[in-house]
Amino acid sequence: MSERTVRRLGREVGAILRLGVLISSAVIILGLVPYLVRDGAGHADYRLFRGEPEVFRTVREVLAYAARAHPRGIMQLGILLLIATPVGRVALCLVEFARERDRLYIGVTLVVLLTLSWGLFGPG
Amino acid sequence: MNVLGLTALLFSGATAAGLVGALTGLGGGVVLVPLLTLGLGVDIKYAIGTALVAVIATSSGAAAAYVREGFSNVRIGLFFEIATTLGALLGAFLASRTPTSAIAVIFGVVLLTSVAFSWKEHGAATESLSPDPLATRLGLNGSYPSLAGEQSYFPRRVPVAWLLMVVAGAASGLLGIGSGALKVLSMDNVLGLPYKVSTTTSNFMIGVTAAASAGVYLTRGYIDPGLSAPVVLGVLAGSALGARILTRARSNVLRLVFTAVVLVMAVQMIVHGLRGAA
Repeated sequence: MSERTVRRLGREVGAILRLGVLISSAVIILGLVPYLVRDGAGHADYRLFRGEPEVFRTVREVLAYAARAHPRGIMQLGILLLIATPVGRVALCLVEFARERDRLYIGVTLVVLLTLSWGLFGPG
Repeated sequence: MNVLGLTALLFSGATAAGLVGALTGLGGGVVLVPLLTLGLGVDIKYAIGTALVAVIATSSGAAAAYVREGFSNVRIGLFFEIATTLGALLGAFLASRTPTSAIAVIFGVVLLTSVAFSWKEHGAATESLSPDPLATRLGLNGSYPSLAGEQSYFPRRVPVAWLLMVVAGAASGLLGIGSGALKVLSMDNVLGLPYKVSTTTSNFMIGVTAAASAGVYLTRGYIDPGLSAPVVLGVLAGSALGARILTRARSNVLRLVFTAVVLVMAVQMIVHGLRGAA
């Protein structure tokens, strides 16, 4: 990787991380405010682990729930975007290595992406 | 407690955690789990899921600044991320099969070791002066900007470091922490990288490692939006504040106070875990 590419990749990676944090916090706030207005007086209890309902567990369900404008669904979408931020960073590296035709690191990056998707989409 | 009160407590607690994380160099996750479990009575599984998300937030925020300075090594980061992400999946898998009380005890012990590491002096590392064949084939050699101009470095003992990275990933997935100390240890002491390169590359890797296990925690239903939303916002606010204070305040006094707080938390986690087991 040339000196110039390294510097450009550094800039792009920095930008994608900052953007990811910014967008996900904005979405979280967008869900948190109506949630507190609507359910703020409700009872909160996290002492016993019960596990989250299905709507919070998979990417597809979270997207569908958020699309129906449920405040908690929008909050979870923000969390999901935050989890996706480092994944986006790895994907960006993949593009850069592909441009450089660096076969070894195209492979390395693909393995990392595969492991990450196993975490998100695997059987759990 | 009602939702509004809990949200306010979570936000302010997470702000404090982010602040402590930035000032001690421990990262936010390590203080969050004891805060949520001991302080707010949250179940440890929810606490770990929440902490993982917070770890992604702080590491992404901090890494954005570091990669631009040209210290972190993208290849080393990616190559060892194979190890840390696989380890993270393993840790997340173990988490559902380990009794809660055992997790609490392990957490306390890891917390104690991290504190010790954060105080360790990192003297002149024994850097290797000639390239190692395996590291060269993997394209891991690099250079970084120093006062004396561009300085080259040659990593060695790659397989040992790789195994340590699997352990670091497993600890992250099991306990919901960034495992920054273990990552730095394997780069600084085993690979023989310059300290600045180790710490920045580690910060870069923490988010990816946490994302691997966060995915598993999400599908298992351990990540609750009502808990993680205020915590993420708080941690981000706290670490931004911490970075600002750090340049002004007498950081040694602050570090001493905060280290004491973290030590007490570690001991309490162990006691809590042992009591739960009895």
